[in-house]
Amino acid sequence: MRPQLRFLDNDLIEKIVGEARVILKELGVTLHNDRVLSMLSDHGARIDKGTKQVYFTDSVIDSALSTVPNSFKLYDVLGNETHDFCSGKVHFTPGSAAINVLDFESGKARPPVTNDYVSYVKLVNQLEHIASQSTALIPSDVHQGMSDSYRLYLSLLLGEKPTVTGAFTIAGFDVMRDLQLAVRGDVDELRERPLTVFSCCPTAPLKWSDVTSQNAIDCAELSIPVELISMPLSGFVAPVTLVGTLIQHTAETLSGVVILQLANPGTPVLYGGSPAIFDVRYETTPMGAVETMMVDCAYAEIGRYLGMPTQAYIGLSDAKQLDAQAGLESSMGATLAALTGINNVSGPGMLDFESCTSLEKLVVDNEICGMTLRMLEGIHPKEDFPSISRFQELLSEKHLLISEHTRRYLREEHYFPGKAIDRAQRSRWLEEGGLTLGERANQEVRRLVKAYEPSRLQDSAKEELQNRMESEARRLGMDRLPETRIE
Amino acid sequence: MGTLSEISKQIIAGDASSVPSLTQKAISEGLPARDILQEGLIGGMSVIGAKFKAHEIFLPDVLMAARAMQAGMDKLKPLLIKEDVPSLGKVVLGTVRGDLHDIGKNLVSIMLKGAGFEVIDLGNDVSPENFIDTALENDAPVVAMSALLTTTMPVMGEVTDLIRQRGLDKKLKTIVGGAPLSNDAARDMGANAYAYDAASAVDRIRELLSGG
Ligand code: B12
Repeated sequence: MRPQLRFLDNDLIEKIVGEARVILKELGVTLHNDRVLSMLSDHGARIDKGTKQVYFTDSVIDSALSTVPNSFKLYDVLGNETHDFCSGKVHFTPGSAAINVLDFESGKARPPVTNDYVSYVKLVNQLEHIASQSTALIPSDVHQGMSDSYRLYLSLLLGEKPTVTGAFTIAGFDVMRDLQLAVRGDVDELRERPLTVFSCCPTAPLKWSDVTSQNAIDCAELSIPVELISMPLSGFVAPVTLVGTLIQHTAETLSGVVILQLANPGTPVLYGGSPAIFDVRYETTPMGAVETMMVDCAYAEIGRYLGMPTQAYIGLSDAKQLDAQAGLESSMGATLAALTGINNVSGPGMLDFESCTSLEKLVVDNEICGMTLRMLEGIHPKEDFPSISRFQELLSEKHLLISEHTRRYLREEHYFPGKAIDRAQRSRWLEEGGLTLGERANQEVRRLVKAYEPSRLQDSAKEELQNRMESEARRLGMDRLPETRIE
Repeated sequence: MGTLSEISKQIIAGDASSVPSLTQKAISEGLPARDILQEGLIGGMSVIGAKFKAHEIFLPDVLMAARAMQAGMDKLKPLLIKEDVPSLGKVVLGTVRGDLHDIGKNLVSIMLKGAGFEVIDLGNDVSPENFIDTALENDAPVVAMSALLTTTMPVMGEVTDLIRQRGLDKKLKTIVGGAPLSNDAARDMGANAYAYDAASAVDRIRELLSGG
């Protein structure tokens, strides 16, 4: 049996969805994009052009729910399948778009530069339990106008795993589309084998900005998968109760599903989000709060009920360092997410309310993910019935270390974490330097960055990527891109 | 208990219904507008500020108090004008160009109003020129800017540069805030102050206006 967690029963889900529909029909959403407004209007939604308000109908919602796929796949830069977003499959991806990187040497958070991003990609490429890259850092040494596309460029050039990303402007999307085409060759191939997931964020409460709406329909046109990231903040720009927050999240996310499905029926969607409770003592949005995690898991149950694969920003921490709080919040989140069956879990590596990425934390979180995925496999008999002969063997041999059964199942049954996790005797630990978690993780970061092997993407595609990025840089007035050391 | 301490007590209690009549009472007693403002209304809010920092009360309590204070201000305003008591100060506030994050900025606005400042809120996606021109038109000495994105933070530097270029740096003070900001970042871009949250934004702006 696969372990599974539930916070909501179907009655409560029905009630929440019913309420969200009422909100969408009676209050509607504000949508600052005329193209999307007229598209919605063409499909029977009532539009108020003056206030940019859209009032949805049951039929437009039902029709979107009938075309949205209940699963889809992702492929790496080489075209190999890496993700199957379908019922119960859990994949981890680094938390996205940090403002700072936590510099291990100085212990300080600082704006990232190209080399931080390069190390990050090299690392993620080799972390076994992190299934995709995300454009996790925003290098500060390129023109701001290309800060969204430049991250994707580095990821596609240096890494092989598919990438979870997002555009910051309408024009940013075009460059990011071209970069994907440089890898895939043409639009049909990109449609056939999606390489990225784009985040599109409605604005709480119940609003869609021009940029986000346009990004959404631009993705839909090319069947690029979209994760809808609604961010109600409980008690501030959303009701304080978890159910109230879920109603708002459902309304905002359903409005996104409608936009995407009208733009191109069948567009792959992850029913996602980044809600948080609002901490009324510090004026912050704690991602490590247990209630934040409960809302994440609960909306994922709703998403699944509505027939979509799911995503959440969970398994990250508000701590400022790689400390015990970081471990506690990240592992609690990752565990709850996995037990809920959230398909794309965005979190590893992140600290400080989504503001800071630590490469060392990424290494530790990779272990959290590994353990979590092992847990998900559950407990299954493997030649355990009848068991009498095994115990006869144990009693006669005094141990089972070299038993056939042990050798067959050892690696399946036991997960072996990497060097970051300490399982040594105290004396050995001391002999090996008595290293802290951070120090062990840092050693792993260095080892892996060094062990990186260049992406197997064909050279012609790499050149094409470079050409496209360089021409964008020139357009923005940079003569050349920062040096990237690939070997 | 004197009327002024009764006013601050009701502000602390967040009772917007009794503060206006108490303010009216203080006015009828002939107390100077300045004292009603400082000892009654602002007196209550300073206690609230301290309790909030100590986690004795939470943000909703602060906002309740701010609302009560606002209700008292509405009554007191005509008298403040008549007695020529200068307002605490006007603040032009907005989220910078290209940035749509306004939740934090809105909280700053609420807290500033609660503390008795006049706030001209330009919303989000505000151009450098708009910040400065609005401040000049309204004779506001403070420009307060919010940015949540690495990519939009540099717009704040454009504003401080423009202020210097136009020789307005004596007249206009800048304060910045938002997730990518810090004291260092604020200093580097030539802003006069930084605050990490809305409660401390109030303190920093007070310091700016008192020349601190
Ligand atoms: C909510 C949110 C959104 C909402 C905003 C809704 C709204 N109406 O504001 C939506 C969904 C629209 C959104 C969109 C985007 N977002 Co956003 N968002 C956030 C999030 C999760 C929380 C921000 C928030 O409201 N916090 C709560 C408030 C109360 O706190 P605050 O804003 O920090 O403000 C406090 C202080 O900073 C200070 N303060 C703030 N302003 C000021 C001003 C002054 C003068 C002073 C003194 C103090 C002060 O006081 C406030 C109260 O305490 C942050 C992550 C984070 N935790 O910061 C990401 C985050 C800021 N977003 C991010 C990104 C990438 C985006 C998008 C580009 C995503 C996309 N691809 O579409 C878009 C950008 C749209 C745009 N052009 O602006 C990144 C930024 C990355 C970076 N390096 O720049 C972050 C860090 C998340 C992440 N890691 O991905 N986002």
